[in-house]
Amino acid sequence: MSKILIRGARVLGGDPQDVLIDGGTIAAVGTGLTAGDATVVEAAGQVLLPGLVDLHTHLREPGREDSETVLTGTRAAAVGGFTAVHAMANTFPVADTAGVVEQVWRLGREHGYCDVQPVGAVTVGLEGKQLAELGAMHDSAAGVMVFSDDGKCVDDAVIMRRALEYVKAFGGVVAQHAQEPRLTEGAQMNEGVVSAELGLGGWPAVAEESIIARDVLLAAHVGSRIHICHLSTAGSVEIVRWAKSKGWDVTAEVTPHHLLLTDELVRSYDPVYKVNPPLRTEADVLALREALADGTIDCVATDHAPHPHEDKDCEWAAAAMGMVGLETALSVVQHTMVDSGLLDWAQVADRMSFRPARIGRLAGHGRPVSEGEPANLTLVDAAYRGEVDPAGFASRSRNTPYRGRELPGRVTHTWLRGRATVVDGKLV
Amino acid sequence: MLRHLISAADLSRDDAVLILDTAEEMARVADRPIKKLPTLRGRTVVNLFFEDSTRTRISFEAAEKRLSADVINFTAKGSSVSKGESLKDTAQTLEAMGVDAVVIRHGASGAPYRLATSGWIDAAVINAGDGTHQHPTQALLDAFTMRRRLVGRDTGLGRDLAGRRITIVGDILHSRVARSNVDLLHTLGAQVTLVAPPTLVPVGVERWPCDVSYDIDTVLPGSDAVMMLRVQRERMNAAYFPTEREYARRYGLNGDRMARMPGHAIVMHPGPMVRGMEITAEVADSDRCTALEQVTNGVSIRMAVLYLLLGGNEPAVTHTRTEEK
Repeated sequence: MSKILIRGARVLGGDPQDVLIDGGTIAAVGTGLTAGDATVVEAAGQVLLPGLVDLHTHLREPGREDSETVLTGTRAAAVGGFTAVHAMANTFPVADTAGVVEQVWRLGREHGYCDVQPVGAVTVGLEGKQLAELGAMHDSAAGVMVFSDDGKCVDDAVIMRRALEYVKAFGGVVAQHAQEPRLTEGAQMNEGVVSAELGLGGWPAVAEESIIARDVLLAAHVGSRIHICHLSTAGSVEIVRWAKSKGWDVTAEVTPHHLLLTDELVRSYDPVYKVNPPLRTEADVLALREALADGTIDCVATDHAPHPHEDKDCEWAAAAMGMVGLETALSVVQHTMVDSGLLDWAQVADRMSFRPARIGRLAGHGRPVSEGEPANLTLVDAAYRGEVDPAGFASRSRNTPYRGRELPGRVTHTWLRGRATVVDGKLV
Repeated sequence: MLRHLISAADLSRDDAVLILDTAEEMARVADRPIKKLPTLRGRTVVNLFFEDSTRTRISFEAAEKRLSADVINFTAKGSSVSKGESLKDTAQTLEAMGVDAVVIRHGASGAPYRLATSGWIDAAVINAGDGTHQHPTQALLDAFTMRRRLVGRDTGLGRDLAGRRITIVGDILHSRVARSNVDLLHTLGAQVTLVAPPTLVPVGVERWPCDVSYDIDTVLPGSDAVMMLRVQRERMNAAYFPTEREYARRYGLNGDRMARMPGHAIVMHPGPMVRGMEITAEVADSDRCTALEQVTNGVSIRMAVLYLLLGGNEPAVTHTRTEEK
């Protein structure tokens, strides 16, 4: 593998430096670096980050290849600056066996755009009744460390307790989709002023918060790690903050769209805004931003949820929930957190690479940009401003709420173990 | 006038009064031997009903036929919808047949709005009830009924409902009728009070332009009109209230309670009525109950809406009398 010299990049937003990649490893970081045989990437003014890591991606393969495949999803990830994604288990068949998780993992390896770390289902068929073979999935080639029934909540307290206890044997973590099912029967959007006006079934904040409260207590009781998926309410933030103040091993994520969009947008009845958990209020958005800034929320996770056009081009009630997010995640984070002064680029690296990799126990990712580390890197033109055009997405699906919206930042290069997957904003 | 009628909240006071005044003119047609106007001759209206509703469909159909429109009735049951066809495809298929207006009833809140704003079709869209969202022609016919009874049939022309006190009782949470009425009655200057058990009051109702009470007995003496809503028995399984008997005791309208209303006050019901639970037979059958008038007025209101939305630029009455000569 040839050498690459990234010249003049602001590593983690700091002063300009040169970074030399040799093979799959960072060979040197400093100023005035030279390498005669290296391909030079002029990066003056651009921000160099460790390759982004997503804890929460839906790749849809196997089963819904009309929405996304491991190939198209990882291409989208590379365009978005990601070098590793965790693929959620709600596929068809469900990723609840060693065979399915290995299949997904191998497809990721073969395509080579981004490492794919499968998430295993907590329960068989995501049905919440019987524990899936968590150990077998961990022991498989995929080495599963994160388990989640995402899309569904593990609402049975005993099953949740057992899962939390069981994964302690190999350091795994249970990632909970916090949604009390009875409180959200028929729910279609955030419960509040807007849902009352629109006549759409309300999804109360307490349906999320009550499960989080229960689960942090359960995790503390059995001494296990728990990760809370896509926090969406100010109350959820308070519970996680309280649990952390107790010293409990609780982590949490927030999606880019929950940092930016509110339930007021649902007034359009445009299903592009239909998402699970639902878009909440302005006060919730501000609380989530603050919590990401102060570290209460550990990381940003995309919840990239691709759907074919026909699943969204319909009436609200019939539409699928979710939106794509891999290719716009960094721009939304820059817009909501960096440009507003809530986070600097070093903290973005922490929230979008270091911490998610640590939560997923993902070796080789989320490492410092320093000599001897794997060359998983992302170069960002933070000064860029442009309108989002989904026609150019690498994802197979286009269900983005940002069509035509101006967002800052553009990933110009992504390197996976020293191999460029994106150059000048284009897939390689 | 608007191009579509999706929500009662979209109507200005002047729009609403124009519809009510036009409906008065349309009502006169019903008094004639031949109850028909040539106004929409050559225009095609589709009644697109994804949800069963015999009375609303027949009301719209009667209105369309009295205006001489060509009418196509489409019910989802037994149609291509039951074979999996989407709303978009169904609508586009109908538009390809040259439809000028679509009257849509749908179980999903927002479906008519999507139909009107998504670019799928060009026809005018009239919401005939969507999920728990809106039922604007119901609100208009209710307001029409109130204006006739409380202000007067002829003296009401050009007037709104300023200062009238309207009480709406029952399952507010699931009621598109309640939402539509709150919006429209507020626009028309009325003071609205919602009465229901707290379980059947929507979160966020404090932002609505109305008052909320849990006690019917304190509200009735100050009401000019009391609108009883249908309570769906299946709600009981979801624990919205303990028993039918308890509901009837606390929120039902019976003779004793009606006697505490002012002498001029009316009792309204959008139907179908569940006698014995939300309303006793004594009240339902009394002269003060306007349930059947509301049905009659519904045709006039729907005629007015169709006429105005489909290009009725001249006052309906002038046009009508010209045609008679």
